[in-house]
Amino acid sequence: MDPFIELDRVEKVFDVRRKTGFLKRERRQVRAVDGISFTVAPGEMVGYIGPNGAGKSTTIKMLTGILTPSGGRLRVAGIDPSRERTRLAHRIGVVFGQRTTLWWDLPLIDSYKLMHRMYRIPDARYRENLDRCVELLELADLLDVPVRQLSLGQRMRGDIAAALLHDPEVLYLDEPTIGLDVMSKAKVRGFLRELNSERGTTVLLTTHDLQDIEQLCSRVMVIDHGRMMYDGPLTGLHEVGESERTLVVDLERELGPIEIPDARVVKVEGPRQWLAFPASGSAAPLVARIAAEYPLVDLSVREPDIEAVIAKMLHSLGDSPKSPPEQAEEAVS
Amino acid sequence: MGGVVDGLRTYRMIAAMWMRSTMAYRTSFVMTTFANFAVTALDFVAILLMFSRVDELGGWPLSEVAFLYGLSCVSFGLADLAIGSMERLGQRVRDGTLDTLLVRPAPVLAQVAADRFGLRRLGRVTQGALVLGYALLSVDIGWTPVKVALMPVILLSGAGIFCAVFVAGAAFQFVAQDASEVQNAFTYGGTTLLQYPPTVFGQELVRGVTFVLPLAFVNWVPAAYLLGRPLPLGMPRWTAFVSPLVAVACCALAGLAWRVGLRSYRSTGS
Repeated sequence: MDPFIELDRVEKVFDVRRKTGFLKRERRQVRAVDGISFTVAPGEMVGYIGPNGAGKSTTIKMLTGILTPSGGRLRVAGIDPSRERTRLAHRIGVVFGQRTTLWWDLPLIDSYKLMHRMYRIPDARYRENLDRCVELLELADLLDVPVRQLSLGQRMRGDIAAALLHDPEVLYLDEPTIGLDVMSKAKVRGFLRELNSERGTTVLLTTHDLQDIEQLCSRVMVIDHGRMMYDGPLTGLHEVGESERTLVVDLERELGPIEIPDARVVKVEGPRQWLAFPASGSAAPLVARIAAEYPLVDLSVREPDIEAVIAKMLHSLGDSPKSPPEQAEEAVS
Repeated sequence: MGGVVDGLRTYRMIAAMWMRSTMAYRTSFVMTTFANFAVTALDFVAILLMFSRVDELGGWPLSEVAFLYGLSCVSFGLADLAIGSMERLGQRVRDGTLDTLLVRPAPVLAQVAADRFGLRRLGRVTQGALVLGYALLSVDIGWTPVKVALMPVILLSGAGIFCAVFVAGAAFQFVAQDASEVQNAFTYGGTTLLQYPPTVFGQELVRGVTFVLPLAFVNWVPAAYLLGRPLPLGMPRWTAFVSPLVAVACCALAGLAWRVGLRSYRSTGS
């Protein structure tokens, strides 16, 4: 099948001017995206991750036509986004996690009516899409509520619906679960899975939440310093990154560090101890062995967070951060 | 032409949304409209205070200064009502919400122009219209059909010139996001300047306001013609009729500046 999204050595270079003193400016070039190539087939669901300032947002902005690339070739649905921004707009949906496109003081439904007219969606299609979104995203009770009164999770669901009313072939989501509670995250993820499998909508999402990737994406792309560091299945990322999960155990009393094969104690705080073990391994035998040898009261398993996995992966690939990532983020966002 | 139709359609849709948003806070709307009326009326109160001490300003009596004031205030008020919120573009660039407008299938200029559309700005237009009404009753103009027809042309051309200033100022904010103060100097500063007769200012300033930033065509030039006074800088009488052309030229230049600004934003981010 022809790729739906196509990037060939795409670059984005920013001139950054920084104040170095009174009236003094220092100019330097920041390569926010430095020769990235990838393709996404129709119907794929891809996670796009990386540290802050790695170039994720810049890539999304180029894919949506907001920014013009400085070099390379970029096509979405055969369209050059920066040249035909408005034509492309009819075929893509965009959700910016922290910037709502809904009308703050108006009932939710009013924002949808505006989309209906602005995108010139045929009445029947609009009805059908709205009904489906309202049902699956549980918006029925919220349609007449002013957006300012919605919770963060409700607003995110509202934003996702707003991005889908015109039947986009691809949906870009920038941090769609940021700040949401567990229930809201589950609803959003369930909906995206359904959207992808039932409607075949291509989904590209950036996230800091590893569970988003685990539960949604068959493929993950890792970018750092504007370069593609990894492109493949999530399991492979764990292997490359040698990531670790953490087992938190509560013992009856304070004891010396637990000694056990395949795990090492990273922290002790009173009767509570933290043990790291490979993410690819199973927690069950560890738990059994600890329970047999130590007075175990309670335990929990923590998944590695995505930053840690990526950091390890980047480290194992021999790439040490060249500059504090926050600086670069300020420069590009 | 398709772009213009599309732009007007977008503008109408978004302005309507903002009007309904405002109506969510009715009391606040009534109060801000009144405040807009009262605060802008202070400019005229200042002029009245001056005339309590003198009979003429630069050789112009109160009724004729009120005529200048009314024309300037209504023209500017119309532009301010239509696209006054464009001065907040820098804010949108800074907080990144401009991007949400760029992914929609609608002209960005129209979306930004209609942003935060507020009918409260009718306060200034109303106030200016009242002063203009008073002036029309008290000035001595030998009305002819041509002169009567010129009145609406003056007001619309003036609004067009101020709109161009708003758009150009917004375009500049793509490059310098905190430039809204600079823009205010030309918009609010411009309208205040035009409330006084050109004869009270130095020749250099009048030249600048005629040939560089042609605000003089909002009211000074055509009003001088209507009142039978010599035109500023000794310009010929026919220049009283070129305001619409000046407005079109200004809008074209401003549109060009907008394109350049938007292109620079899309190539540099912020």
